[in-house]
Amino acid sequence: MKISELVKKLDLTVLTDSEYSDRGISGCYIGDLLSWVMGRAQSGDVWITIMNNINIVAVAALTDCACILLCEGVSAPENIVNKADEEGIIILQSEKTAYQLACELSAEIQK
Amino acid sequence: MIYYDFHIHSALSPCGDNDMTPNNIVNMAALSGLDAVAISDHNSAGNVRAAMAAGKKAGVTVLPAMEVETEEEVHILTLYPSADAAEAVAREVYNALPDIKNRPEIFGEQLIMDEEDNIVGTEEKLLISPAALSINRLFDMVKEAGGLFIPAHVDRHSYSVLTNLGFIPDDIDIRCIEVSRNTADLAAYIDSRPELAKYKVLRNSDAHYLGDIAQRDAFLEAGGIRDIFRILGG
Repeated sequence: MKISELVKKLDLTVLTDSEYSDRGISGCYIGDLLSWVMGRAQSGDVWITIMNNINIVAVAALTDCACILLCEGVSAPENIVNKADEEGIIILQSEKTAYQLACELSAEIQK
Repeated sequence: MIYYDFHIHSALSPCGDNDMTPNNIVNMAALSGLDAVAISDHNSAGNVRAAMAAGKKAGVTVLPAMEVETEEEVHILTLYPSADAAEAVAREVYNALPDIKNRPEIFGEQLIMDEEDNIVGTEEKLLISPAALSINRLFDMVKEAGGLFIPAHVDRHSYSVLTNLGFIPDDIDIRCIEVSRNTADLAAYIDSRPELAKYKVLRNSDAHYLGDIAQRDAFLEAGGIRDIFRILGG
């Protein structure tokens, strides 16, 4: 599944400017303690979190996750979006909970 | 040389023992041979002035302080050059706390005391909640007040900047960190995380009970209190 399809199917907002249409998604990781995410998120994961500290950009780069998905309406301040654009990291956003998003994502991946 | 313990909770912190009165704390510190302590309650500086006055009588310097919980649920030990400075930041922190009432039977009492250890009030709002302030916003507030911003117990699993944010953010100018007593071998710990080598390190007790206040152990090569701010902030 591609990020572009995910954005469409789950009705997500794209906060960053990087090109994302052809990037693939293979799984999902949910977590807010960045020390845990660093050691556990896998390459290609959609990382769902409420953490919006600037360190999320570095953690996303380190784990090579497909994108960051901020849930429950959490927004990313401008400095984080800028940093993400510099690093080519994609940040998406939704009002839904991590659980809702993961359920919808799972259903889409299994299709 | 100044022997110190800059992370001590008074009875104002719900988790702080009710025996943690201003006089008990400074007298215990004096008995232990400490030169300087800091009263660092959760998200409040309500007992700072009383402890400073008690410290004067006991011959122990009390630094105004507060342990703030940011919206990332990271604990930051903040030290201030004056009670006024601490209280100014404390007001903003207090206003940023969620409006949750303390339930003393669950969390513990939040006692405000005078310099004679008389209970002069209780804090109704629950102090152990995260303030709606980002770590960056708090950094700016503390800096503006002339205070020191010290990520607390970075080695612990909970409420630690390293646990919650993975590493120390490089977009704020942090000079000093606190490593808890959980880590007995500081040198080995720093070796295991070389990126921490550039920070000055405080070893405090984080005492919630009188018996946990530090012994004459950790010290700073400081001549006076102003020196402390110069050394830790420099």
